Amino acid sequence: MTADRIRSSLVTAYMVLFFGYLFLPLIIMTAATFNTSRFPTVAPWMGFTLDWFTVLWNDRAMWTALWTSFLIGVGVIVLAVPIGLSAALLLYRLHSKARTVLYAVMVSPLLTPGVIIGISTLVFWDRWLDVKGGIFLTVIAQSSFIAAYAMLLFMARLQRFDLTLEEAALDLGASHLQVFRRITLPYLMPAILSAAFIAFLQSFENYNTTIFVRGLDTTLTVYIASKVRTGLTPAVNALSVIMIGLTILGAFIYEIARRRDAARQESVKRRAIQADMALAGAE
Amino acid sequence: MKEVLRRYGPGLTAAIVALCAFWVVMLIVLPQLLMIDFSLRPSLPPAKLGGPEDVYTARNYVTLWNNTIHRSIFLQTIWASTLVTAITFAVCYPVAYFMAQVARPKSLPLLILLLVIPFWINELLRTFAWYIILAFNGPLNLALVWLGLLDQPVRLLGSPAGVIVGMVYVYILFMVFPLYNAIESLDRNQIEAARDLGSGWLRIHRRIVIPHAKPGIAVGCIMTFMLAAGSYAVPALLGGPSSRWFTEIIYNWFFEGGNWNQGAAYAFILLVLCVGFILLMMRIFKVGLTDVAK
Amino acid sequence: MSQDIELDHVTMRFGALTAVSDVHLTIPAGEFFSFLGPSGCGKTTILRMISGFMEPTSGVIRIGGKDMSGIGPNKRPTALIFQNLALFPLMTVAENIGFGLEVRGIASADRRRRVKELLDLVALPDTADKKVTELSGGQRQRIAIARALAVEPAVLLLDEPLSALDLKLRQHMRSELRDIQKRTGVTFIYITHDQGEALTMSDRIGVMSRGVLCQVGDGRSIYDDPASAFVASFVGETNRFTGRVIAAAGGRAAIDTPAGKMVGRNPRDLREGDEAILFVRPERMQPADGAADHNIVESPVSHQEFEGAFVNVFLEPVQGRTIVVQTTNADTGNSNGSGTPWQPGTTARITFRPEDAVVLPQSEDVS
Repeated sequence: MTADRIRSSLVTAYMVLFFGYLFLPLIIMTAATFNTSRFPTVAPWMGFTLDWFTVLWNDRAMWTALWTSFLIGVGVIVLAVPIGLSAALLLYRLHSKARTVLYAVMVSPLLTPGVIIGISTLVFWDRWLDVKGGIFLTVIAQSSFIAAYAMLLFMARLQRFDLTLEEAALDLGASHLQVFRRITLPYLMPAILSAAFIAFLQSFENYNTTIFVRGLDTTLTVYIASKVRTGLTPAVNALSVIMIGLTILGAFIYEIARRRDAARQESVKRRAIQADMALAGAE
Repeated sequence: MKEVLRRYGPGLTAAIVALCAFWVVMLIVLPQLLMIDFSLRPSLPPAKLGGPEDVYTARNYVTLWNNTIHRSIFLQTIWASTLVTAITFAVCYPVAYFMAQVARPKSLPLLILLLVIPFWINELLRTFAWYIILAFNGPLNLALVWLGLLDQPVRLLGSPAGVIVGMVYVYILFMVFPLYNAIESLDRNQIEAARDLGSGWLRIHRRIVIPHAKPGIAVGCIMTFMLAAGSYAVPALLGGPSSRWFTEIIYNWFFEGGNWNQGAAYAFILLVLCVGFILLMMRIFKVGLTDVAK
Repeated sequence: MSQDIELDHVTMRFGALTAVSDVHLTIPAGEFFSFLGPSGCGKTTILRMISGFMEPTSGVIRIGGKDMSGIGPNKRPTALIFQNLALFPLMTVAENIGFGLEVRGIASADRRRRVKELLDLVALPDTADKKVTELSGGQRQRIAIARALAVEPAVLLLDEPLSALDLKLRQHMRSELRDIQKRTGVTFIYITHDQGEALTMSDRIGVMSRGVLCQVGDGRSIYDDPASAFVASFVGETNRFTGRVIAAAGGRAAIDTPAGKMVGRNPRDLREGDEAILFVRPERMQPADGAADHNIVESPVSHQEFEGAFVNVFLEPVQGRTIVVQTTNADTGNSNGSGTPWQPGTTARITFRPEDAVVLPQSEDVS
């Protein structure tokens, strides 16, 4: 059917265009990093250079902003991951109407525009608790929705948790704290690492919320935005390229780790079934 | 709650409840409530707080109605966000459909990976990438001139078009994934059956695919609209005097006008807009809250 | 040190549902006691109350004379073998068995020694460092027992532990469990819906139905002297005849049924006019010779089922119920039953002695 053939080749062309559209800006931005032009662009091409990376390296303000972002990221991990874990553990055991309400409230920050989160946090903590904008407040504001991401991650992992394991440990005489440390936490460890990784990433790249609560401190994203408006050079490209490179690397590692973990679960299950079949016959 | 206590013991339960309470009360509920409260008060210097002038008033909200510039920017934001949502949907639908129904299972993980990678990259950086493309002497202009579609470069940065195009690019993935998930759950046999009965592809989409994908469409539109309306980075980088965004006005009230109460009121209006849009989408597509919660 | 368990008028209610109703029972130290009953009869609930995962709505549970109210599962001298075994998947066999000792702060050298002793007890000496996921069902079963015994409980509670195993393994494990119980002397409380298990393993059995403890006794008394219609029909195979009591004297009762007059023992002291059911086991039925005015059943033979050592002969239904006669292989002659009273198609005339039958109130029938 030629009509079908035409349609399918149109669709394929569309898909190619689409993915091109997704990646082209990133490619162009990366290319512009190596152009000697003072304004980031790919045409006219004025010669290949790595100078802009050097400019970036020497930019003290950039390093300060990077350090600030890093501190905030660590702070968010320390605050959001335990909160998310607690919320998941709590919701996991509650089964009443209260659970639905609580769940809705806890997930609501994910649906709230970032600027609103920033504003509400600023107004509350500054005007009512006299805590001014800065690193601490940024950690607080970001954690309010990053904890929800962590919570969802933990809830997914808890879904497949065998409750009787905790009961067995209790029955054998373990205290509640021992059960948590020896049984529950080891099971949740992959999720904890995931949550920490995601939390850091989300915090690092956050802009809309951060601009309201940052006070006089500058994060890396704020730094980039301000440079674009005043003093734009391909050094900013260089920074962007590095960040993108690290992000892609992080994404790859995360995906591979996730797939390997899933495969390992599968093989454990398969081996148990095989052991049953083999040894039951031998008995 | 007794069940929780029984499972975790007193010490652990106390810790869990304390953390959750801190989160819910101090980080979610109180900030929102007090933002609303704040928006209903006039802006007063510290000395006058608690005094006779510190009363509830809707003055801050009325300001939006009276201020024609702000009002028009607000309406423009709504209009542009809707446009972004519509365009994003139109662009994404074929992609989602292709991946969900047409693509071979072998190539699917690769396609998803290709989609996920840009998704991980920071919104700001991706906006910046467009900044370069849309620049006056940038690649897009040069390409269009070279192709003969333009006589000379057009100022794309700082125009509404630039902002809209940038937003579509940045938020496109929030539309693809919900759409893909929704269409993916459709049994391919239904489409086969329809084609067998002689239905043309337009009707297939209109009568079978789209109704089935309603929850996904609703979620995608909700996310895209809310991200667009609440976006700060994109219009800040790509916009200009002729394409100001509502969020910029809010920001200015805080850090240039010094009137936090006014800013809080505008912020709440934005929130109401988003919630209103969610309800509207839920009504149009007849989806419930549980469908939206992913 | 094994201890006895007292269930003192224990009741468990979940809202409007009563899962366990006024169970009153003492299990002496060192006994192998089974709770037997269909699913939903409350036996699992009792187990969870004894182990401490649930508190009874009313009544008291005592272990070794000590009131267990409010004491959590980790502080009770009980150990529970879960139905799914609940072995810790991320730990090795040795770590699993040693877990109870570890949380009590016992030094690792002592733990290692004890683990080795227990592995020898359950006949799995070389598995200490294996991951539990590598073991078969039967082996996991024994590791679970070893893990429970490691904490030297006064009472070991077993929740239908053999239900996931296949037939041969189940039979093997039955004698294993009985053996371990005798050697360690720990009080075993075992719950099951399989009467074969209960009968072969237990010192005493408690039959439960819908939250009520119907009868407690050793296997033979449950089987030969069922206290209620439910027990009579749940435990073992039985034939039943329903009717009204027409005479009662000297420990016997006669009931009038559509199949004729039936006479049996009257342990519940039924009176004339009571609605009753007479139960008689298939193996107590014999061919009738001579005339009698009671305990005669006449019905055509429908078919036979060959079970190896014995044969079940099925007669056409009387009162809507198929009659089953169990007879030894020898008595059925050659393979088609020819030359004996059990030929399919012929009408069989069978009888039974009154002392082999029991008359019980119809009201307690739950089938």
